[in-house]
Amino acid sequence: MLDIAQVIEDTAADLLKITATKLPSALKEALLKGERETVGALGKSQLKAINENIKLAETHSKPMCQDTGLVSFFVKVGDKFPLRSEIKTALIKATKRATQNVPLRPNAVDMFKGNTKNNVGIRGSVPWFYFDLVEGDQLEIIAMPKGGGSSNVGKMKMIPPGKGIKGVKEFVIEAVAAAGPLACPPYTVGVGVGGGEDMCMNLAKKALLRPLYRYHEDEKIASLEKELLEILNKLEIGAMGLGEGPSVIDVHMEFAARHPASLPVGVVISCWALRHAGATIDKEGNVVWHPH
Amino acid sequence: MEYHLTTPIPPEKLKEIKIGDIVYVSGTVVTARDEAHLKALELHKEGKKPPVDFEGIGLFHCGPVMKKNEEGEWIVVAAGPTTSARMEIFQDEFIKTFHPRIIIGKGGMGERTAKACQEETCIYGYFTGGAVLLAADRIKKVIDVFWFDELGMPECLWLFDVENFGPLTVTIDTHGGNLTDESKKNIQANKKKILEEL
Repeated sequence: MLDIAQVIEDTAADLLKITATKLPSALKEALLKGERETVGALGKSQLKAINENIKLAETHSKPMCQDTGLVSFFVKVGDKFPLRSEIKTALIKATKRATQNVPLRPNAVDMFKGNTKNNVGIRGSVPWFYFDLVEGDQLEIIAMPKGGGSSNVGKMKMIPPGKGIKGVKEFVIEAVAAAGPLACPPYTVGVGVGGGEDMCMNLAKKALLRPLYRYHEDEKIASLEKELLEILNKLEIGAMGLGEGPSVIDVHMEFAARHPASLPVGVVISCWALRHAGATIDKEGNVVWHPH
Repeated sequence: MEYHLTTPIPPEKLKEIKIGDIVYVSGTVVTARDEAHLKALELHKEGKKPPVDFEGIGLFHCGPVMKKNEEGEWIVVAAGPTTSARMEIFQDEFIKTFHPRIIIGKGGMGERTAKACQEETCIYGYFTGGAVLLAADRIKKVIDVFWFDELGMPECLWLFDVENFGPLTVTIDTHGGNLTDESKKNIQANKKKILEEL
């Protein structure tokens, strides 16, 4: 019998290495296409540098960006999966280990005691966990580190419900225009609508995990995603904000029910390096890696 | 135009360079993020000298990932630019006080920095954000490190010997030009039009 806690730790440490060194293939293709199709020399040179860098990262198994991010894990626990709280312990251990071995940049800073040097906060909240309970006997782990530069341009607003979908669109446009050149475009944009002031941001972040160009199963939401993608590219932010090449690679939206008096909208923006990787572990400890 | 600069960079050389030009830097570059800027300026106010003479060299907005090799020497794992906008609040004071000749970062900088660059003869070179391995490839040697224990790996001062560090797109020149500012204005104008037509 395998030590399941150890399997979780090993798997999560590997996932953190994958996220740091290798982008999902659809995103790699999108960035190469961006380079091919960009006309202006400034934009083309930026995309060329990005693509060369991605290749170097993969070849040498090194982090593609110095900002290896603040780590979060999206975890789905099957109700027949043997472990519970040990999952969290194993993921924290994996974060410390990956920090040493990949290595990841130590990014967990305590306001009073400084950098913890291991990517684990002393108050127990970082890495950040999104736990979900599901049927079955499996455990799904998705690792998602996110850089500070692009997190700094995230935005949330409680808009008047009377503004409706048009108000949602306006706010997304405002948020991406405000990000402008600041957060390493071309961007992928996650939008969360509904829930409360905290939930819309969670939804927005989760939306970024959906594979590129896979639009929402609800047709109305899917057409909104495509419409925003087209509109946001008209901002002409361009690669690295120099006005040439793609501004936004994709837009994904998630919706939740809202309070009658509120219309919360969250916008989470990812830099070109939208990093996430997942695996599923069964109750015997067998690991299946998600397509990357 | 493409320029190859060697530190200490003579101010008169910078006057030829215009926004949109590409430059490569060889010589000494020092990393500094928010906390290193603050600490250096605080020391200056107290009448003390920071451990690095910034005059004429490159100031790199970067929090690298470093590790020690088997011989105990520091080596660069990844070293790309961080978002420079955070430094806007004290970059002008830093330029006026310490006179670096090229600020290297990503995302561009604002009016205050552009004004200081014009008055004190300094430029801003935009390195492709996140392209850390390209950058690391051009760093030939880690000369020294300061404030490591106090500020931690990303925030401390790493002194690098670099060769043909770049390509850096000049987005602020010594003539008051600011390419990212122009791009931002274009983005805002586009936004206005989009919202009107929505």
